[in-house]
Amino acid sequence: MSSLSILILAPLLLASFLATLVGIWRLTWAYIITIIGIALSLAAASAGLFRVLQEGTLRHYLGGWPPPFGIEYVLDHLSAFMAIIIVFIGFVIVIYPPGAGLYHVPRKGVPMYGLVLLLISGLIGVVVTGDLFNLFVFLEIYSLASYALITLGGNRAVVASFRYLVLGTIAGGFYLLGIGFIYFSTGTLNMADAAQLLPALYSSPTVVAAAALIVIGMGIKLALFPLHVWLPDAHSYAPPVIAAILAAVQIEVAGYVIVRMMLTVFRPEYFIEILPITSAIGWVAAAGIIFGSLMAIAQKDFKRMLAYSTVAQVAYVGLGIGLANPLGLIGGLLHILNHAFMKSCLFLIAGGIRFQTGLHEVSQFAGLGRKMPLMMTAFTVAALSMVGIPPTCGFFSKWYLILGSVEAGNWVFVAVILTSSLLTAVYFFRILEKLFAAPPNDDEAVTKATEPSPKIVVPILVLAIGILVLGLINALIVTRVLWPVVALLPTG
Amino acid sequence: METYYSLKPLLAVLVSLLAVVLIVIPNQRPNVRESWTIMAAVAKFTIVLSMLPSVLQGQYPEITLFAISPGISLALKVDSLGIIFGLSASLLWVLASFFSIGYVRGVPEHKQTRYFASFAICLSATMGIAFAANLLTLVVFYEILTIATYPLVIHKETGAAIAAGRRYLVYLLTGGVALLLALALTYQISDSVDFRAGGILPAGIGKSSLILLFILFLTSFGVKSAIMPMHSWLPAAMAAPTPVSALLHAVAVVKAGVFGFARIIGFIIGPGLLQKSGMGDFLAALTAITIIVASLVALRQDNLKMRLAYSTVSHLSYIVLGLALFSPSAWIGGLLHIVNHAMTKITLFFCAGAIYVRTHCQNVSEMNGIGRQMPITMSAFTLASLGLAGIPPINGFISKWYLVQGTLDVGQTIYAATFLISGLLNAGYLMSIVCRAFFRGSDKFVKYGEVSPSMLIPLVLTAMFSLLLGLFPDQFPFLFQLAARVASNVLGGGGP
Repeated sequence: MSSLSILILAPLLLASFLATLVGIWRLTWAYIITIIGIALSLAAASAGLFRVLQEGTLRHYLGGWPPPFGIEYVLDHLSAFMAIIIVFIGFVIVIYPPGAGLYHVPRKGVPMYGLVLLLISGLIGVVVTGDLFNLFVFLEIYSLASYALITLGGNRAVVASFRYLVLGTIAGGFYLLGIGFIYFSTGTLNMADAAQLLPALYSSPTVVAAAALIVIGMGIKLALFPLHVWLPDAHSYAPPVIAAILAAVQIEVAGYVIVRMMLTVFRPEYFIEILPITSAIGWVAAAGIIFGSLMAIAQKDFKRMLAYSTVAQVAYVGLGIGLANPLGLIGGLLHILNHAFMKSCLFLIAGGIRFQTGLHEVSQFAGLGRKMPLMMTAFTVAALSMVGIPPTCGFFSKWYLILGSVEAGNWVFVAVILTSSLLTAVYFFRILEKLFAAPPNDDEAVTKATEPSPKIVVPILVLAIGILVLGLINALIVTRVLWPVVALLPTG
Repeated sequence: METYYSLKPLLAVLVSLLAVVLIVIPNQRPNVRESWTIMAAVAKFTIVLSMLPSVLQGQYPEITLFAISPGISLALKVDSLGIIFGLSASLLWVLASFFSIGYVRGVPEHKQTRYFASFAICLSATMGIAFAANLLTLVVFYEILTIATYPLVIHKETGAAIAAGRRYLVYLLTGGVALLLALALTYQISDSVDFRAGGILPAGIGKSSLILLFILFLTSFGVKSAIMPMHSWLPAAMAAPTPVSALLHAVAVVKAGVFGFARIIGFIIGPGLLQKSGMGDFLAALTAITIIVASLVALRQDNLKMRLAYSTVSHLSYIVLGLALFSPSAWIGGLLHIVNHAMTKITLFFCAGAIYVRTHCQNVSEMNGIGRQMPITMSAFTLASLGLAGIPPINGFISKWYLVQGTLDVGQTIYAATFLISGLLNAGYLMSIVCRAFFRGSDKFVKYGEVSPSMLIPLVLTAMFSLLLGLFPDQFPFLFQLAARVASNVLGGGGP
C-alpha cells in the first residue's frame, strides 16, 4: 500500500483549480501555482518510480474502499514509466514562455494554466488508475482539455479542434461501449478483478466485441493509420507548446491503454493468438510508418511536417505492440520516451523560430543556422535522433524494434523500419541543408534574426541534452524499468 | 593475448571531442582556435603511440564503459589490428592539421570553426572505430563518422557541393541501415557481437542466413570503402576542401570501411565460413574488377582530385582483395597497405591542395611545367606516385610484394595479374602528371614559388615517411609484426 500514485495526481488537480481561479486575477500567481503543482507532482513521480523499482507494484484504494467496490490506483513499472515522462514534458512546456509557445499570451480570462494542468492530470489519471471506468473519466478530462487548448491556435485551429472533438468523442464512445460489455459479462470494472474473471469468458462474443471496441477506440486516439485523419490539422494548427505535449505524450497515452489492456486486463495470448489484434495493429502501424513519412516529405510547413512525422513515429509504438515479443514491445515503449523528448524539442524549436522571425515554412529557413547556433544545434541533435543515428536515443528504439522483428522473423517490418529511417533522413536533412548550407534568405526576418532569449533556449537545450543522455543510459532504463513490463510476453 | 584495464583508449577517443568544445568557443582569435586542433592532434597521437609497446608485447589495453544495450557494452580494446589503423590516422591528423591551417587561410575558406570542429569529431569517431571492442560500439562510431563528415562534404556550399552532400548521404545512410540490420542479425544468430579472431558465428549457420548477412555487410562497408558499384559518392565528395579529401577521403573515412571489412572477415564471420560459402571468392572478384575499372577511369580524369579519387577507389580494393584471399601474406600485404596507401595518397592530396592554393589549377592538362614553379611539391608528388605504382624502394612496393605473394600462395594467378596490371595503370595515370610537370614547358609557371611552410612541411614529411617505410622496413618492424600477428590469429596459423 502506498499513496504515491495519488500524490502524483493530487497536486496537479488542485493546482489546476487554483490556477484557474487565481488566473482571473493575477496571471503571474497562476504561473507560480502551476510551477509548484507540477514540481510537486514531478517529485512524487520520481519517488514513485524509485519505490516501484525497489518494492514492485504500489496500490492505493481511494477512500479506503477496497476493490471491486472502490476505485484502485496502481503504480507499477509501466505506469511509473509513463507518469514520469508525462510530468517531465509537462514541466518543460510550462516553463517555456507562453509568448513563444502559444504565439501570444492569451487575455486574462483564458484559463491556459488551468487547462494545461487539467490535460496533464487527465493523462496521469489514465496511467495510474486501476479502474476501467475511472480511466474513461480521465480520458475525457484530458481530451476536453486538449480540445480547448488547440483552439488557442486561432480560427483554423478551432475547426481542427472540432474535427478532433468529433473523432475523439467517437473514440471515447468506442472505449465506453467496450468497458460496458466487460461490465455486462463480468460485473466488475476493476482491472485486476476483470483479469481474474475474463479468461473463463474469452470465447463469449461480448468479450470479443469489448476487446475490439476498446482497441479501435484507442487506435483512433493513437492516430493509427488510417484513423489518423484528425491529427495533422490539430497538431499543425495548435500552438507550439500544445502541439508539443499532444505529440509527445498525449497520443501515446492511448498506446499505453492498449498495452495495459493486453498485459493486465486481458492476457497477452488473447490479443496475440485468440484474437489477431496485435498482428492487425502491427500491419496497420507498418502502413502508417511509411504513409506518415512520405506525407512528411511532401509538407512545406515545418509544424505540419512534424505532425505527419508524428503519425509515422507513434506507429513505431504500434509496431512494438504488433510484434508482441519482449524486444519488440521494449522498442515500442522506449520509443514513447524517446519520441516525447525528440518531438517536444522540435515543436518548441518551431515555436522559437516563429517567435523570433515569424517564419514557419521550411523553404524560408535558409541561413538561420548561423543566426541561432544554440537552438539549431539542438535541432540537429533532435533531427539526428529522429533519423536514428547513434548515440542519440532514437537509434536505440529502432535497434530494439529491429531485434524484435528479426526475432519474430517478420522481414516486412524490418524493411519498414529501415526504409522509414531513410525517409526520415530525407525530410530532416532537407532542413539541415537549408539551415546550414543553402544560400541565406535575404528576407529581413532572416538577416535580422538572433538567438532567442534563454527562457526559450534553455528548455530546448534541456530536451536536446536529454536525447543524448537517454541514448547513453537506455540499457539501464530497459533492464530496470521496461524488462519487468514485458516479462509476461511469450518469447521467440 | 591478455588484456588490461586502461583509460588510454577512452582518452584517445575523447581528446578530440574536448577539442571540439574548445574550438567552438565564440569570438576567439583564429590562432587560438587552431592551437586547440594542433594540441588535440598531438595529444591523440601521443596517447596512441604510448599504447604501442604494450600492444606489441601482446598486452591489450581495454576499457568497458557501460551497457549500451542489455548484454552489450560500449567497450574499447586496442588490439594489433586496431592500433595499425589508429596509429596511422592519428599521426596523419597531426600533419593534416598543420596543412589544413595553411590551406584554409591560403584559399581562404569560410566557416573555419565549423570546419575544424567537424574535423575533430571525425577523428574521434575514427579512433572509436579503430578501438571498438564489439560490433555495436563500432556501429555507433561508424554512424557518427558518417554524419560528421557531411558538413565537410558540403563545406563550400556551392550547388555542386550540396549535390555531392546529398549523394553522400544517400549512399552512406543506406549503408548505415544495412549495417544496423546486419548487426541485429549477428546478435540474433550468435548471441554476441564481440570481436574474436577467427569469427563468432556458429559453424552450423544456415547458408542462406550467411549469404544474407554477408550481403548486408558488403553493402554497408562496401559503400564506405567505395567498392564498385557503390563508389560514386567518393568522386563526388571531392567537392570538399582538399585537406578533407586528403585525410578523410583517403585515410580516415574510407579506411574505416576497409577496417570494417577486416573486422567482419576476420573477427565476426570468420575466414572459414566465408571460404566455404564461396562469398570470399565473390568479394575477391568484385574487388579485382574495381581495381582495374577504377584505374582505367582514373586515366581519363583531367581533374587532379578526381583522378586521385578513382585511384583511391582502386587502392581501397587492393586492401579488401588482400583480406578476401585468406592467405597470411595477402593479409599482411593488405594491412600494410592501409598504412602505405595512407602515406602516399595523403601526400598526393596535399600536393593537389598546395597546387590549388598557389596557382588555382585543378586540371592536369593545365599543369605543364608546374615542376619549375613548385619543385619541392612536385618532387614529393613524384615520390608518392612511384610509391603508389609499387616501384621499389618506396613503401607501396612492400605491401604489393606481400599481396602478390599472397595471391600466389593460394594459387590465384589471376589476382596477381590484377595487381601487376593495376601497377602499370597507376604509373600511367600518375607518372603522366609528373612528366607534364617536369618535362613539358609552359610560360605560365616560370617564377619559383612554393606554398607556405605549414603546408609544405607536412607534404614533405609524408613523402619522406613513404620513402623511409620503403627503404628501411626493418626500422619499422612493429608494423610488420602487428600485421603478421593479426594474420596468424585470424587465419589460425598459430604464432605470437
